[in-house]
Amino acid sequence: MKTEDDIMIEDLSSKEYEAGFVTEIEMDILPKGLSEDTVREISRLKKEPEFLLEFRLKAYRHWLTLKEPKWAHVHYPAIDYQDISYFAAPKKQAKYNSLDEVDPALLETYKKLGIPLEEQKLLAGVAVDAVFDSVSVVTTFKEALKEKGVIFSSFSEAAHEHPELIRKYLGSVVPYSDNYFAALNSAVFSDGSFVFVPKGVRCPMELSTYFRINASNTGQFERTLIVAEEGAYVSYLEGCTAPQRDENQLHAAVVEIVALDNAEVKYSTVQNWYPGDKDGKGGIYNFVTKRGICKGHHSKISWTQVETGSAITWKYPSVILRGDYSVGEFYSVAVTNHRQQADTGTKMIHIGKHSRSTIVSKGISIGQSNNSYRGQVKIAKSAEHARNFSQCDSLLVGNRCGAHTFPYIDIENSTGTVEHEATTSKIAEDQIFYCQQRGLDQEQAVSLIVNGFAKEVLNKLPMEFAVEAQKLLAITMEGSVG
Amino acid sequence: MITIKNLKAKIGDKEILKGLNLEVKAGEVHAIMGPNGSGKSTLASVLAGREDYEVTEGEVEFLGKDLLEMEADERSREGLFLAFQYPVEIPGVSMTNFMKAAVKAHREHKGLPELTAKEFLALMKEKKQLVNMDTQLSQRSVNEGFSGGEKKKNEVYQMAMLEPKLAILDETDSGLDIDALRVVADGVNKLKTKDNATIVITHYQRLLDYIVPDFVHVLHNGRIVKSGGKELALELEEKGYDWLLN
Ligand SMILES: Nc1ncnc2c1ncn2[C@@H]1O[C@H](COP(=O)(O)OP(=O)(O)OP(=O)(O)O)[C@@H](O)[C@H]1O
Ligand SMILES: [Mg+2]
Repeated sequence: MKTEDDIMIEDLSSKEYEAGFVTEIEMDILPKGLSEDTVREISRLKKEPEFLLEFRLKAYRHWLTLKEPKWAHVHYPAIDYQDISYFAAPKKQAKYNSLDEVDPALLETYKKLGIPLEEQKLLAGVAVDAVFDSVSVVTTFKEALKEKGVIFSSFSEAAHEHPELIRKYLGSVVPYSDNYFAALNSAVFSDGSFVFVPKGVRCPMELSTYFRINASNTGQFERTLIVAEEGAYVSYLEGCTAPQRDENQLHAAVVEIVALDNAEVKYSTVQNWYPGDKDGKGGIYNFVTKRGICKGHHSKISWTQVETGSAITWKYPSVILRGDYSVGEFYSVAVTNHRQQADTGTKMIHIGKHSRSTIVSKGISIGQSNNSYRGQVKIAKSAEHARNFSQCDSLLVGNRCGAHTFPYIDIENSTGTVEHEATTSKIAEDQIFYCQQRGLDQEQAVSLIVNGFAKEVLNKLPMEFAVEAQKLLAITMEGSVG
Repeated sequence: MITIKNLKAKIGDKEILKGLNLEVKAGEVHAIMGPNGSGKSTLASVLAGREDYEVTEGEVEFLGKDLLEMEADERSREGLFLAFQYPVEIPGVSMTNFMKAAVKAHREHKGLPELTAKEFLALMKEKKQLVNMDTQLSQRSVNEGFSGGEKKKNEVYQMAMLEPKLAILDETDSGLDIDALRVVADGVNKLKTKDNATIVITHYQRLLDYIVPDFVHVLHNGRIVKSGGKELALELEEKGYDWLLN
């Protein structure tokens, strides 16, 4: 039988498209390469337990029933589904044999970010030395976690070693029926991460995908599941600041977070997928479904994201605040340049009494790009004394870009408070001149001002990540003036 | 230091500087006075390289180079500093980070290595003392929420950090209380050497009691209409501008 929560979750999910929770792009009809056999084959190749195959098949069958979303504007060519291989390729062929063959502009960026050579190769798709595979830091790291009982592994590994946990939590926050891309992901997901922090444990270190970037090629349909039991705490870092090239144009990831009583999960992302060239050609379409549930009382989930990459980003990390006194947070910086389009924001669904949420969104548009914030705050009947505060600031660099804010507010309980503040500003000539008068060139000036604008959010990132993110913003600003 | 010849500049269709001549040598202090709207801030902005103004005629030589050929940031790194009449706010950028970036740019230009964090903090501390600036201000965002007087102090603090060859102070005295005025003037005097120069734009003789000028010029309608020694300022204080303008 469906619980009230299940219904609530489903209800939310299917509304996504209706509410216009989409970036407008044109889609192809059903992919040729995908059939029930493909799904079975993926599962078989991965030697998955029966229940996972079932999950995939249900998702696939549901996906078949979903209508292709109708997109109003078409700024991008159609996604070529025929080009997609739905198999989780065992190990990808290296694209290049040495760094000499890689685009020098990309290498220049790596250098500026201070990325070690071996890692540069990895990111650019160059064959990597075996040495890198067995970095000792990874081993040390795993030992420390094991001691505490924390599970941090690839999703596939977890499916074998902890099937009961996967079975219990997979799809419990983002059901396969959630939306078009979530259904697709559920049917064909390649791999991803699994994190489990047992009751009362404070995870001793930041968990970063970086540590297992080489362990598995997660591919374009990534699946992440994070569970924090009662009183547990974990901080998880996704992505890396280096622009990652990938021949896969479509990325449709799903992230699910579960926080039980008094648990806290911090999820930080730096997304810098290849945005394409100046005309947006070759960029990645990044359609992500991220959602967490504060299941227990006094639980807390925070999303912090710095989004600079991808040609199109469609992403609304959300929190379902079911527990009484639970807390949801969303801190976001989204930068778009050239022809990039970002449509990102959050949803805070208040169900528990005295639940609180905070939304801080900073959108920066440069060039001819478009940056939209889309946020929904819902206060359900049961959510006595719920509170939300939202702040959405947009900064425009130049005259040809756009910033849009779409707040949706839905209050069913009159004891709730919802505050929304929004500002749009331009970098003033005065500010640039002031910086120049102190010796900074125009680009440095813009980058400084932009970093200042985004500071409130950058401060929420873990230390090392914050420093990298600042550099990344500076690099993204290059060529934005003059 | 700087030689300005027949400088004409306009904004939009409006000509504001109408053939201005001025020479400032190393070691000198020049005061520029003149009624509101006479073009004092415009002169400062044009020298600093603000793009809104179009220079239509004239030349400016700064330390042997053609100043008008340089971008604003280049002029700064070459040693020209402007203490703004109305300093702007830059939200989210701490004074510390701002100065770090500025000092770095200046040192790079001179071919010097970047200061270590420790050296930089020591430098900040030393210069803050010079203008008696509250330590807390440097943790705050550039000029954001600063009082009028604090903003002015902050300009002189930045000047101290960058040690310019030529400093132009545009009404740095306005908004300062009596004590702050003395402190700021003291600071400016301490920064004075025989190798640098200062142009002080002011309406009040009072400041010139502290920063004693070698020359006083009266700017009117885009031209310097009278120059003299420091006694000219006293005379202006007494008589106003009318006697000069007619
Ligand atoms: N952006 C602008 N557009 C039009 N006119 C301008 C602009 N900036 C300055 N002006 C005009 O140029 C003239 C000179 O202004 P400026 O600020 O240089 O005067 P000032 O001598 O510094 O005056 P004050 O003593 O009041 O500071 C004024 O008439 C002013 O209105
Ligand atoms: Mg003025």
